[in-house]
Amino acid sequence: MASDPNTAETESQGSGKTIALILVAIAALLFVLGLVDDYEGGLSIHPMDQFEVKPIFGDGAVNWYTPTNVTLWMALAIAAVSALMVMGTKGRAVIPSRGQSIAELAYGFVRKMVEDVAGRDALPYFPYIFTLFLFILFANFLGLIPRSFTTTSHIAVTAVLAMAVFLTVTILGFVKNGAGFLSLFWVSSAPLPLRPILAVIELISYFVRPVSHSIRLAGNVMAGHAVLKVFAGFAGALGAAAVAPIIGVIAIYGLEVLVSFIQAYVFTILTCVYLRDALHPHH
Amino acid sequence: MEGDIAQMGQFIGAGLAAIGSGAAAIGVGHVAGNFLAGALRNPSAAGGQTATLFIGIAFAEALGIFAFLVALLLMFAV
Repeated sequence: MASDPNTAETESQGSGKTIALILVAIAALLFVLGLVDDYEGGLSIHPMDQFEVKPIFGDGAVNWYTPTNVTLWMALAIAAVSALMVMGTKGRAVIPSRGQSIAELAYGFVRKMVEDVAGRDALPYFPYIFTLFLFILFANFLGLIPRSFTTTSHIAVTAVLAMAVFLTVTILGFVKNGAGFLSLFWVSSAPLPLRPILAVIELISYFVRPVSHSIRLAGNVMAGHAVLKVFAGFAGALGAAAVAPIIGVIAIYGLEVLVSFIQAYVFTILTCVYLRDALHPHH
Repeated sequence: MEGDIAQMGQFIGAGLAAIGSGAAAIGVGHVAGNFLAGALRNPSAAGGQTATLFIGIAFAEALGIFAFLVALLLMFAV
């Protein structure tokens, strides 16, 4: 049986899944244990405390130039992305190593997404979208490490990302199409009397884009982490019966890994949609 | 009991705004469920439509986000 390649493959896949499950369980357990030393009795773990921005050195006031935990984890995310891409493209082997495979997979994934959603003429803007995707993905994943800080849980961070996308897309639309970009708001397929009303609706929905774009990411990540802490707080309060909330934390942790990826994907794909609107504004 | 009637109104309002999240959940469920129904009828066409699925989910979710925004404003900005 062991010589059968299919069986061997299934087995290795099975063991890979088991290892992944065990890793998730250990991470979630560390997450809870990390909280227990803050435990003072009752539900003392406030679920929103983890989002507090504080300076790395000392307890002074937070100014715009102060190195805080936010800047630290953003820098770590950028370092991780750079490490992945630099290490991944160093060998350029025909048979890729693991690092190279991951880098190629990410590149191919985002490139295909840009091509499918925004069209081939959006490919010059692919580096920007790829950077956005990797930064958000790594910020989300690094935030899942126990006792770390999730930078994307702050609306201030995601709002800057979303405003950058919004301004880029708007400026690009006017540069590429001139005043023709305004035809984005003039739905020529609708009956004439309806068009002014639709223009108002389109205009509102255009300016609401950066709001929903940023709050979607921050809200999802923040809500997930708050739920993790709420369950962890139960574990601290229950003593020996803490097994049940710990199992809950493990399950939600697995869900959060999924949400981290999906939110990075959704942010990127919406950027592609906005880019398509900027390049081809005609309805 | 501490606090005043205005604060109570804030909390009740924020809680009512959270109902919007449930409405968004219904919308997202509709999108995903209909995608699955279509995908099971024609599985070969499903692969190319995952991007559309996520765009649809994102747009359905956007309106739930406004409910969340109202709750946030009530809690922290009013």
